Amino acid sequence: MIASATEPLHVRGAGTRTDQAPADGSVLRTTGLTGIEIYEPGALTLVAKAGTPLADVEAALTSENQRLAFEPMDHRALLGTSGEPTVGGMVAANVSGPRRIQVGACRDSLLGVKFVDGQGQALSNGGRVMKNVTGYDLVKLMAGSFGTLGVLSEVALKVLPQTETEATLCLHNLDHARAVAAMSSALGSPYEVTGAAHAHIAGHGTPQTLLRIEGTDASVRYRLEALRSRLADFGELTDIHGSASRKAWEGIRDASSMADRAGDIWRVSVKPSDAPTLIESLGADAQTQLDWGGGLIWALMPEGTDLRAQLGAFAGHATLIRGSQATRATVPMFHPHPESLARLSRGLKDKFDPRRILNPNLMELGG
Amino acid sequence: MEMPPPNPAVLAKKPELIKRLQGVMLDDGIISDPFETRAYECDALTAYKCPPLLAVLPSSTQEVSEVLRICHDLGVPVVPRGSGTSLAGGALPTEDSVILGVARLNDVLETDYDNRAIRVQSGRTNLSVTGAVEEEGFFYAPDPSSQLACAIAGNIAMNSGGAHCLKYGVTTNNLMGVTMVLMDGTITEIGGAHLDAPGYDLLGLICGSEGQLGVVTEATLKILPKPEGARPVLIGFDSNEVAGACVSDIIKAGVLPVAIEFMDRPCIRATEAFAHAGYPDCEALLIVEVEGSDAEIDEQLGTIMEIAGRHNPVELRESQSSEESAAIWLGRKSAFGAMGQINDYMCLDGTIPVNQLPYVLKRISEMSAEFGLDVANVFHAGDGNMHPLILFDANKPGDLETCEAFGAEILKLCVEVGGCLTGEHGVGIEKRDLMINQYRPEDLEIQMAVKDVFDPKWLLNPAKVFPLASSDARRIAAD
Ligand SMILES: Cc1cc2nc3c(=O)[nH]c(=O)nc-3n(C[C@H](O)[C@H](O)[C@H](O)COP(=O)(O)OP(=O)(O)OC[C@H]3O[C@@H](n4cnc5c(N)ncnc54)[C@H](O)[C@@H]3O)c2cc1C
Repeated sequence: MIASATEPLHVRGAGTRTDQAPADGSVLRTTGLTGIEIYEPGALTLVAKAGTPLADVEAALTSENQRLAFEPMDHRALLGTSGEPTVGGMVAANVSGPRRIQVGACRDSLLGVKFVDGQGQALSNGGRVMKNVTGYDLVKLMAGSFGTLGVLSEVALKVLPQTETEATLCLHNLDHARAVAAMSSALGSPYEVTGAAHAHIAGHGTPQTLLRIEGTDASVRYRLEALRSRLADFGELTDIHGSASRKAWEGIRDASSMADRAGDIWRVSVKPSDAPTLIESLGADAQTQLDWGGGLIWALMPEGTDLRAQLGAFAGHATLIRGSQATRATVPMFHPHPESLARLSRGLKDKFDPRRILNPNLMELGG
Repeated sequence: MEMPPPNPAVLAKKPELIKRLQGVMLDDGIISDPFETRAYECDALTAYKCPPLLAVLPSSTQEVSEVLRICHDLGVPVVPRGSGTSLAGGALPTEDSVILGVARLNDVLETDYDNRAIRVQSGRTNLSVTGAVEEEGFFYAPDPSSQLACAIAGNIAMNSGGAHCLKYGVTTNNLMGVTMVLMDGTITEIGGAHLDAPGYDLLGLICGSEGQLGVVTEATLKILPKPEGARPVLIGFDSNEVAGACVSDIIKAGVLPVAIEFMDRPCIRATEAFAHAGYPDCEALLIVEVEGSDAEIDEQLGTIMEIAGRHNPVELRESQSSEESAAIWLGRKSAFGAMGQINDYMCLDGTIPVNQLPYVLKRISEMSAEFGLDVANVFHAGDGNMHPLILFDANKPGDLETCEAFGAEILKLCVEVGGCLTGEHGVGIEKRDLMINQYRPEDLEIQMAVKDVFDPKWLLNPAKVFPLASSDARRIAAD
């Protein structure tokens, strides 16, 4: 299909991670490519065809008490899409949730890929072993390239054991600066915090600063107490356990507090300590949530706002996750690159997809 | 190992090159005397040596940029070099190349505990990155055994790992940003103290690209708070198979040790004779280390000992103190030194799926009989990264060649069972010609196309990574 294509191809898994309808060309769906090829719990690896529903993968992992450690978010509520998210879509968008601060992003768990480039050529890179430095790492390049360099057909992932239990320490009503300071102190401790967020949680009128700990029951209890004394200066501390904790983190992962609200949704990757000032520059109309210890700002902005212009120059970048027609017409989805990097990105696009037919114009490459 | 013949036109440009370099940097950073360039004739793969045309040691990113621009103008190949500890010949020069060493770029530029990041110049050694932050209770996680000597530059180029990467990942998982100079002198900034860079993952692409895409001069690295404590357990078995099965069971049980190291009998014997660590005389032993508070360590070690107990261990030794921990690690840490005492050896680095361990070890011992050379195994078992050490005698004619042929067969076996040629040392020249066993021509072609984007004239470390026959056309076209 790709080799013989004469018009743009819009590569889609189940279409749950985009709110954009293709303007022209045809849609190439990977949902026919399904199935888990290899799953070796003792080697912590799983290989699946790209169109395999994520739910199937998660069910297989759960049956062996394992999981995808990077905690991919479910975009459906936020974007108002339906369908079954696929593993290929997850990889193409490098979807990573709160645990990213501890275990890395999807790309850090990705061991190998098979894909078809813009000429219709089937290619492979990486493998299914945990350490592999044989040749260039195109695996990472494919993660997060949104189908613009090739259509994924198979992915190999590193998986990790499920933990026995979890608990979350909650601090109440801190301002952004204090919240980031508390998260930074927790993440700078040896207690292996696997989630650090500042958000509005259902049932609370004021924002909560949440710190998650996972492990065996005894170990979780020990570390919770240790953190409690470390953070004593930050005011009242409460905790939630087990399923209540899990539910809170699902909400943070999926930015649920923004799902039913009107406006554009942005995801801004920043240096954590810059977050408080950057949030201030967004003005009073912005509703925000912090994840990754302050390194990820979710922002709900009035439709049509150019958030990047409001932030000015900063170390990081902003992605428009959900945008109204008007916003989409004027601001690009991805953050513009400096020219030295844009030149390299264009060069790569020209090699992988010289006819520029795969998801054209999805990732702005500066020309 | 074949290297492309030097280009006489480049050799003839030496005086002009020196003159132009003198215009951009101080004389003491330009090494042209044939006696002194000998210091750069090889890396840790010492079987191959060739002094470079020149070696230059710039002292800033700007100087690196100017040096590269000049070499680019004159069409001179450049081989970047950190500390020269590569085991794959990654930093091996050719006669017509300039060694660009980053040894003088070794400052810490910024430590940022709030954001858990450190910014260093790339010539800084791995261990001294931890050295810069340990007083505050932090460390830099990737810990190659060569960490006292190797530079962050080489770690990034090779995507180096270490004993603790089962838990903390390898270099690429701990790298947040770089300053990199392209062959034409363009200075690029990728990533930084924020967690992910926009657009294509160029940082991921650069890490492990063996100095072929650009010269890294600065890096932002993730630093982590030190764990409260760590303690190992030593478990001895009377067969490799059982040791392999035990590794798999530990992993499946949901404890995630920081390290699972494996040694076989030849290696145990050699290290015992050398280091007297008090290891049991058995077929295989595992060292499994866990981290946390004392109580957490006890809990995890309890689970591990229970699993090990089901596999009829001949020895089960849980460390109760830091002295006992040091004793358990002593043999493992001196393994390479011990092997070096008794013989010349070649260290391989293939990775296999963990469940193939017993089969691969059995095949290696069969092949050892066929080739008539002994092998000792010591490796990171948790992630399947094997380090078979083939023992040979460099003074015996033909032994090195037999050893290389044997090594190649072992690596092909790794690929056959679903693994790869190299888990952490890189391809360099050593495994260059074996790449066709792991990748089809089109898979290599797309990788070379990536190099075309970053270095269209193929001047950066040109004769490495790809089989010479596949990269011939490009290197010649660029001449
Ligand atoms: C005893 C011993 C033990 C070892 N143990 C381990 C181990 O446990 N784990 C492991 O992974 N490795 C190990 N190694 C291999 C080696 O130490 C690593 O590959 C290391 O990262 C090389 O670093 P270096 O600074 O010495 O690089 P060099 O040897 O100088 O160069 C290595 C590669 O990096 C490129 N390079 C150097 N500087 C730059 C730069 N500024 N920009 C771009 N490219 C550059 C070179 O061109 C070359 O291809 C070991 C080596 C020895 C000798």
